Amino acid sequence: MVDLTDGRGRVRRRAGVRLWLSGLWLGLLVVVALLAPWIAPKDPLAQDLFLGRLPPFWVAGSEPGYWLGTDSLGRDVLSRIMHGARIALLVALIAGTVTGLLGATLGLLAGFLRGWVDVVISRMIDIWMAFPPVLFSILLIAVLGPGLTSIIIAIVVIDWTRFARVIRAEAMAQGAMDYVASSRVAGRGRLGTMVEEILPNVLPTIVVLLTLEMGIAVIVEAILSFVNLSISTDDPTWGGMIAEGRSAIHQSWWVLVFPLATLFLTVLSFSQLGEGLKDRFDPVLR
Amino acid sequence: MADLYTVQNLRLSLADMTAKPLFGAAPRIEILRDLSFSLPKGEVAGIVGGSGSGKSTLGRALVRLLEPSGGSIRFDGTDITHLDDAALRPLRRRFQMIFQDPMSSLNPRHTVGRLIGSPLALHGFEGIQGRVGRALDHVGLPRGFAARYPHELSGGQRQRVGIARAIAMEPEFILADEIVSGLDVSSQAQVLALLEGLVRELGLTLAFISHDLSVIRRLCRRVIVLHRGEIVEDRATAELFANPQAEYTRDLLAAIPLPDPDQVWA
Repeated sequence: MVDLTDGRGRVRRRAGVRLWLSGLWLGLLVVVALLAPWIAPKDPLAQDLFLGRLPPFWVAGSEPGYWLGTDSLGRDVLSRIMHGARIALLVALIAGTVTGLLGATLGLLAGFLRGWVDVVISRMIDIWMAFPPVLFSILLIAVLGPGLTSIIIAIVVIDWTRFARVIRAEAMAQGAMDYVASSRVAGRGRLGTMVEEILPNVLPTIVVLLTLEMGIAVIVEAILSFVNLSISTDDPTWGGMIAEGRSAIHQSWWVLVFPLATLFLTVLSFSQLGEGLKDRFDPVLR
Repeated sequence: MADLYTVQNLRLSLADMTAKPLFGAAPRIEILRDLSFSLPKGEVAGIVGGSGSGKSTLGRALVRLLEPSGGSIRFDGTDITHLDDAALRPLRRRFQMIFQDPMSSLNPRHTVGRLIGSPLALHGFEGIQGRVGRALDHVGLPRGFAARYPHELSGGQRQRVGIARAIAMEPEFILADEIVSGLDVSSQAQVLALLEGLVRELGLTLAFISHDLSVIRRLCRRVIVLHRGEIVEDRATAELFANPQAEYTRDLLAAIPLPDPDQVWA
């Protein structure tokens, strides 16, 4: 009666190329960030005006040891990118995770419990969305004072709505499914149903949003560095390098292009990592 | 035999949110109007009616997914009409439900073993793995299916999992809400035969909701016909088919496809 030979139990998906490529780049970045003080070829803060504006290694006039050239103060671009990765990844991980936890929890509560909980959270989201995010973050940093913690707080405070909106809608759709009614028939309480039944169904979305948010956190940190509101100007950050490189774009393009390319690849990798993870580990083949 | 369910003057109305004015309460729509009937222990009763007749609402009120707005529902002597979730929890094990669409009622992220086993854990059953295995045996699925996810099953197999989940709780009453209407004809026959056997073997009381009288005729000894939220007929199946009283029942009977249409057409 039951056909054990049917293949439904054996269908598997292969890991996508994008999971490997994005994982490779981010893995490399993590290693570089962790080991930056030991593997960076030069001191990222050491200035030497005689070695200013050296081009990258394949262009005539380059100096051995300065692989990606130097900026106008003679600081090594490669070493600065490597040290900048520390701050970028730290912000991405902490700000992304905290934002995700806060936003997803509020979204889940609003979407599943409905009623006055939803009214309160939804109105908060509406109000939040009316603030221009960049100005809001600049204002926050101005109040909190510059520094790594302030950046992370600013990202969390501004971006939780991104999770809350999406997860709320998703939880609402899932709440209408019969498995929620079935969970009640089984005698499970409201919060139990939310955690045991709804959460596993919105988790893939949370993971995708989380990786996107990590990418966004890197960008926000770069933007704040760009407008000089990030860490102290001594610490190398990608945004700070881009800001410095912009003013000298005609004399030394490499000071702008290399941090920009690193930033681009990192943000792209984060978003692709999320999609790749979802493809690979989501048991439901859609 | 004693009555498992006693339903008296049951009324149920839901708020019509589409007609809600900007301020003030939404108007209420009467879904069930003054239903009274009882289900003796061991009864297999069919509940039929067209769409919008209130049959699913009645079912969901019986297992208290919905709260009635009037009248009373007594389950085995206990008035469950207005009990809250906490008070219902210990009773929930005793009245289970099988849903129409197993794709929606089986959580796609959980394995079959967890789908059947976690309600058991909630009610303090012991030896859960063995119980899951026996429930799968009962519905004719291999025990190895405990490791599968719902999307790895066929439609008929999914509905068997729905049945296994309900019977594993060792309930006294099962509500089956249109459980074969999503299946192809051969799976329908298999699932019906399975349910018929289980009801007899386990001595269950069953309420079987369907819009299809030919399915009811095969399974149920008694039929309750609903029309616009009211009971228009409540009689033994054989009597109802031989001599339908209400006009609405005659219309429903006329809608059954005949096994051999040529006899009539000739």
